[in-house]
Amino acid sequence: MAVEDIGSGCSSSGDQEFHVLAVDDSIIDRKVIERLLKISLTAVESGSRALQYLGIDGERSSLGFDELKVNLIITDYSMPGMTGYELLKKIKGSTKLRKIPVVIMSSENILARIDRCLEEGAEDFLMKPVQLSDVERLRDFMLRGGEDREVVGCKRKTRDDSCSSSVLSCDRDHPLSPISVSAMAHCKPISKRSRLLATD
Amino acid sequence: MERQAAYLRNALFDQGYLDEQFLQLEDLQDETNPHFVEEVVKLFYTDSVRLIQSIELTLKNTPRDFEKLDKIMHQFKGSSTSIGAKKVKKECTQFQEYCNVGNVEGCIREFQEVKQEHAALKRKLEHYFQLAREAR
Repeated sequence: MAVEDIGSGCSSSGDQEFHVLAVDDSIIDRKVIERLLKISLTAVESGSRALQYLGIDGERSSLGFDELKVNLIITDYSMPGMTGYELLKKIKGSTKLRKIPVVIMSSENILARIDRCLEEGAEDFLMKPVQLSDVERLRDFMLRGGEDREVVGCKRKTRDDSCSSSVLSCDRDHPLSPISVSAMAHCKPISKRSRLLATD
Repeated sequence: MERQAAYLRNALFDQGYLDEQFLQLEDLQDETNPHFVEEVVKLFYTDSVRLIQSIELTLKNTPRDFEKLDKIMHQFKGSSTSIGAKKVKKECTQFQEYCNVGNVEGCIREFQEVKQEHAALKRKLEHYFQLAREAR
């Protein structure tokens, strides 16, 4: 089964119907992500299936665009066929879909990879195995309506200007307000980054 | 029975068979998903059969396609990591290292280790889940 549709989980806010598209070639990881997110979720096994679902692969998807409701896409990086990065580029290259936040997951600790994904507009980059704390951050982001999408641009600037090499110095009281907390989420791979830098 | 299950579970951690990722899975288990851990583990063992077969086949073909072996092992290692299979993961890493340097004998030898650890953990977890079920 290539597509798993998990019916409404018990999203604690209950108010809004968030729907997540999870892309991972590992059936185990799809199951874990679904349980972690505890939210209405569609899980697919590849980038091409994801594009089919999203309706931008040239073929007609089963849903009209108006019916398509995806608040977040969370994708593995290393997948056969299309990588998560390639999927990210396709999504960000689509006028229909580029506003949907995309989160990348990877088991490999490669700084250049992380940078590349963030530069391309990924909302966040999570190290696998994904933990509950990572998901809590994502849920916060979604519950806030994921409003600060446009700060992706600012994020890049923030990173270059102030975060530079010492991402560790980024914290929530970043001097560059009005960057919101969700933008800080990118810096918050502090836990990731400090893990990463430590293991380099 | 409950004590037995707990004892077995602790032993699995103490002896390095499982790591904290298994704890994460346990945290995801609750009344609404009372068998989550067992389901994930079952899924892992079902899914890993094809990966093991794939590696076996690829190891037989000459010249060895180390890139392919590495790719398959990467998937296998990923799944092992996701269930907290610490020893299995370690052997997977070792296998990948042999792949990287094109060491055929190393790969073949190491793959036996991978399979052994994979099977050993399966037995132990099956036993644990059985005890845990009986304890409820």
